[in-house]
Amino acid sequence: MPRMSTALPAPTRADRFLRRGAKVLGLGVAISLLLSLGLGLRLATSLAYSVPISLSCWFFIDGGRLLAARWVHRHGDTPQRGWPGWHWMSLAIVLGTMAGYAVGQQIGDLLSGGARAPWPIIENPRHALAMLLFSLVPALGATYYFFARERLAASEAQAQASQRQAAETQLRLLESQLEPHMLFNTLANLRVLIALDPPRAQAMLDQLIAFLRATLEASRVGQHALRAEFARLADYLALMQVRMGARLQTRLVLPSELADRPVPPLLLQPLVENAIKHGLEPKIEGGRIEVEARRDGDSLVLSVRDTGVGVAAPPSTGSAFGLAQVRERLATLYGARAALTLAPADDAEGGMLATVRLPLES
Amino acid sequence: MNISALIAEDEPLLAAHLRSELARLWPELHIVASVEHGAAAVEQALALRPDLLFLDIRMPGQSGLEAAQAIAEDWPDGSAPPLAVFVTAYDQYALQAFDAAAVDYVLKPVQTERLAQTCTRLRAALAQRSNGAAVEAALGQLRGLLGAPGLGAPTATPVPLHAPKLAVIQAGVGAAVHMVPIDTVLYFEAADKYVRVVTAEREHLIRTSLRELLPQLDPQRFWQVHRGTVVRADAIVTAVREDSGKVTLTLRGHPHKLTASRLYASLFKPM
Repeated sequence: MPRMSTALPAPTRADRFLRRGAKVLGLGVAISLLLSLGLGLRLATSLAYSVPISLSCWFFIDGGRLLAARWVHRHGDTPQRGWPGWHWMSLAIVLGTMAGYAVGQQIGDLLSGGARAPWPIIENPRHALAMLLFSLVPALGATYYFFARERLAASEAQAQASQRQAAETQLRLLESQLEPHMLFNTLANLRVLIALDPPRAQAMLDQLIAFLRATLEASRVGQHALRAEFARLADYLALMQVRMGARLQTRLVLPSELADRPVPPLLLQPLVENAIKHGLEPKIEGGRIEVEARRDGDSLVLSVRDTGVGVAAPPSTGSAFGLAQVRERLATLYGARAALTLAPADDAEGGMLATVRLPLES
Repeated sequence: MNISALIAEDEPLLAAHLRSELARLWPELHIVASVEHGAAAVEQALALRPDLLFLDIRMPGQSGLEAAQAIAEDWPDGSAPPLAVFVTAYDQYALQAFDAAAVDYVLKPVQTERLAQTCTRLRAALAQRSNGAAVEAALGQLRGLLGAPGLGAPTATPVPLHAPKLAVIQAGVGAAVHMVPIDTVLYFEAADKYVRVVTAEREHLIRTSLRELLPQLDPQRFWQVHRGTVVRADAIVTAVREDSGKVTLTLRGHPHKLTASRLYASLFKPM
């Protein structure tokens, strides 16, 4: 089933605070029920004590947590926001429970009207210690519960963010490959050819279909044969040739022993597109594109060379997304064993030379 | 009246199609030239003086917009410049800019009905072209397009729009690099693939295009006054408007006079 895409508004800090408070209140009521049932205390009395004790324990433990988290955060080593780590938290629970218990009991005395010694810890240390230990159990439990919930929420948010990022990257990839300017110009040419030269229009349409299919599948298929990569580049170049006429010459060299080697689909597409867009399109007399595969020891070397205008400085923006995308794919698939270099071609014809080097796996 | 037009389109099939569609819709229209790049469009337009220009936006060398600017600036005084219609396949920026400047454009693939509309509008506009206000309106439209992003020809090294501003021009002279503080530069002038950097004392050549340099200059201080000239505003002493609509600029500490084209003449108005 498709997931609902409309996200609920994220709960604010105040919302989360109130929700935690309600849960602590519920815990206090539950404890007083347990006490009145188990120890035979009057429900009103046990409510008057356990609710304020629960709330004030929460107040001190949560306050301790926030203070400790801020301190740890300021000193630079916090893995998670609002969480100081369990060693700090244990201290906050013990001290917070003690303080919360003492304050809560005073409030309970006031509420129930029971006149007791003002500070029972001093009056009757053993009884007080027992009650403290008893209070530590729900305090620890509640803290762990809240901790686990926050962590779950945080990891869910992170998962959503990375999912969104992956979808955005894929969309940008698709957009860059289906460049609207290229697509509409191709369609404009096709429209003219339909009336002028129907067989040629049909051939052009077939090439466009093959190119579109490959582009849409590239994000789903992990690998295809180098033979298929070259066939798709030939389709693309044929489309561009209809547009550019004699201004675009092409040469594709694929040795037959390399034709079955697997490569990531349309890996070379952005390089060929760059060569046309930044190399040959701006050049009035046009030029040549050469795509070549060769073996170099344990490496498969794929090169895209143009005889276009070249660049004076290393390319900065503009073509950067295409190049970055090729680099990113290489890094994900092969790590440091693959590389892309782009440099001015070192002969009299000028232009640029892009070289991809992949490990040749047997 | 014998109306003539020039077509600039780098894709041969599309140029042929536009020609045949125009022949059908407007039989009296005489296509005097069909060229494949911007520089040829400028040259042919200035030589043949057509009434209409159909300019593709993305062309090798010079873009359609740059060609339109060059034609408007170099058009001989005393006659009305041609009306331009831009042709584009798909360019988000271009379409936004055209709409903003209310410029006529045709989308590729060219639709017959749309082209017929354009022809009707062009006939009406031609009827009152000799009127000075109409010429000024056409210049205003072109002015509106010039500042728009994405309309230039794609450069090999595009400069981001908000690039950091230069403080010093580094000009190579033999083995030395001359550091020219930007405050001493009087004006920059395009010279083929170079830019001449002129100060009161001397001039340098830097190997960059004006198109690439422009985003790196502070637009408050450095004004473009011609497609090939950018001048430091506080180096200008006087600006005198000629009858042709051009403006002659005299500079502080330099005998050379500069000319601001009609496209940029509106920069120089009394306060």
